[in-house]
Amino acid sequence: MRNIRAVAANTFREAVRDRVLFNLVFFALLMMAAAILVGQISIGIEKDVIISLGLTAISVIGILIAVFLGVALVSKEMDKRTLYALLAKPVHRWEFLLGKFFGLVMTLTVNTAAMAAGLYAALWSVKHPLAPTDIYILVAVYLILLKLAIIVALALLFSCFTSPFLAILFTTGLYVAGLFAADLRTIQTIQMDPATLRLMQGISYLLPNFQNFNVMAAVVHAQGIPASLVWNATAYALLYSALVLVTAAVVFSRRNLK
Amino acid sequence: MAQAAIEIENLSKEYPYGFLHLKKKKSLEHLSMRVEDGEVFGFLGPNGAGKSTTIKLLMRLIFPSSGSARILGKSIDNVSMHGSVGYLPEQPYFYDYLTAYEVLDYFARFHGLAVSDRRERVAAMLKKVGLDTAKKIQLRKYSKGMLQRVGLAQAILHDPQVVVLDEPMSGLDPLGRREVRDIILELKREGRTVLFSTHILSDAEMLCDRVGVIVGGKLRGVGAPGELVDMKPQGMEILFEMPEERPNLLLLAKAAKTGNRFRVQLPDAELYRALDQLKSANAHILSVAQIKPTLEEFFMNLVEADRAQANAVDVSGK
Repeated sequence: MRNIRAVAANTFREAVRDRVLFNLVFFALLMMAAAILVGQISIGIEKDVIISLGLTAISVIGILIAVFLGVALVSKEMDKRTLYALLAKPVHRWEFLLGKFFGLVMTLTVNTAAMAAGLYAALWSVKHPLAPTDIYILVAVYLILLKLAIIVALALLFSCFTSPFLAILFTTGLYVAGLFAADLRTIQTIQMDPATLRLMQGISYLLPNFQNFNVMAAVVHAQGIPASLVWNATAYALLYSALVLVTAAVVFSRRNLK
Repeated sequence: MAQAAIEIENLSKEYPYGFLHLKKKKSLEHLSMRVEDGEVFGFLGPNGAGKSTTIKLLMRLIFPSSGSARILGKSIDNVSMHGSVGYLPEQPYFYDYLTAYEVLDYFARFHGLAVSDRRERVAAMLKKVGLDTAKKIQLRKYSKGMLQRVGLAQAILHDPQVVVLDEPMSGLDPLGRREVRDIILELKREGRTVLFSTHILSDAEMLCDRVGVIVGGKLRGVGAPGELVDMKPQGMEILFEMPEERPNLLLLAKAAKTGNRFRVQLPDAELYRALDQLKSANAHILSVAQIKPTLEEFFMNLVEADRAQANAVDVSGK
């Protein structure tokens, strides 16, 4: 645990010193511009627009960081050979991987929390006081964070055995495919032979189902989010990330460094 | 037989290559050797000979195709063994967003040192490698030599019994090399085992109790530098100056001239006759020394023999 904590803290420090959190400036500017514009051009739906825009921006910025930094977590250490001195210490390779994973998840948590605070500030500026149902924004942000954790785990897995370019490609591809995982499961309405159908459905269960984490419509329209949905999404994200990380650890445990 | 600090048995490493990775290149072939407790062992070889491969195998950065190795009696697969081993990678590179203090503090955490011990050890190491005045500067502003010192500091930070250094003198100026030599000698005085790779033979001759010479992935010789090389003198060398032109002095024909100095090499039997000639010609004799074969010659002979063998295989293969 001590080793994982040390690697995670250093990963977080790297992100801070490499000015990754500067994206918050972009988000703040976006929210300020949105708050000013929405107040002038939309009547009655300012809040909806701000919430949609804010959650989409939190998700997109988070995905970009998760994919690009997630892939760099291992590949950069191998390319720059900073890993050599570390792995010659009494550290298991899986501890290094987990430390990297938690370090980036920590970075994303801080980043996402700051963006959520910015979203609430923008919301308050266009329509205050805030309504009790606005608490659902926090639930949506939490689900986005779970989605990001899965993306980091996937990026980490791919960077363990392929080049950074291919790892970015695979992670992005899997993310896009994961958005349609639920559709693949209900594809039986289309004319298709049973074997192909079963194959498609099998694949759909292997893909990460990112629809599990999308509650934007419910939040925008101030509908309730069932607790069971949150629990299930949490369990799904934990299980899926754990499986991906175990696979990554197995692959990386026998990887020859350059 | 007493337990060796490092024991390597039949260690081989092959790398697959080609589009489908079906071909294999041997990087190390059946390496077996021992590094005894408390000795400084030099691992010599030209670039690409297999020195770094061996060290990376010992540090589990790469995995052997066959064979095994133990450090302090424990298999290299045993991660806890690394608590007693220090390692300096070749051309070390560390997190450049950290300061020297932070990077050492970071590495110290993996050895389970308490906070106070960590601070004490890190400060002592920075002083030892001469970086205490630059400890708050980010490593991205460090020179190659300074990075090498950080590398050395992290290798010995946790008081290891065995220290493995991959090309520790590489990229250092003469002063830096001397400092590294002093650190290696200090480690030896403290009773630690040091294995270091180098292609700078004078360093090996100066520091090592024993050396191992590796060429083309095969170990070609192990022993004390004096044992490896036939130390029987191979003649005499006279260094002298001529105050005036003596074109008829026969000795000058054999001599190599640098400025107004002459250097001539002779068989033992001809020494006194040559000295008499020089005396009668009013030469100023600067030195008379035995010509001894060097480790470098031994090393070069092995490298040339290996290349000749490789060429012969190529030709017959064609």
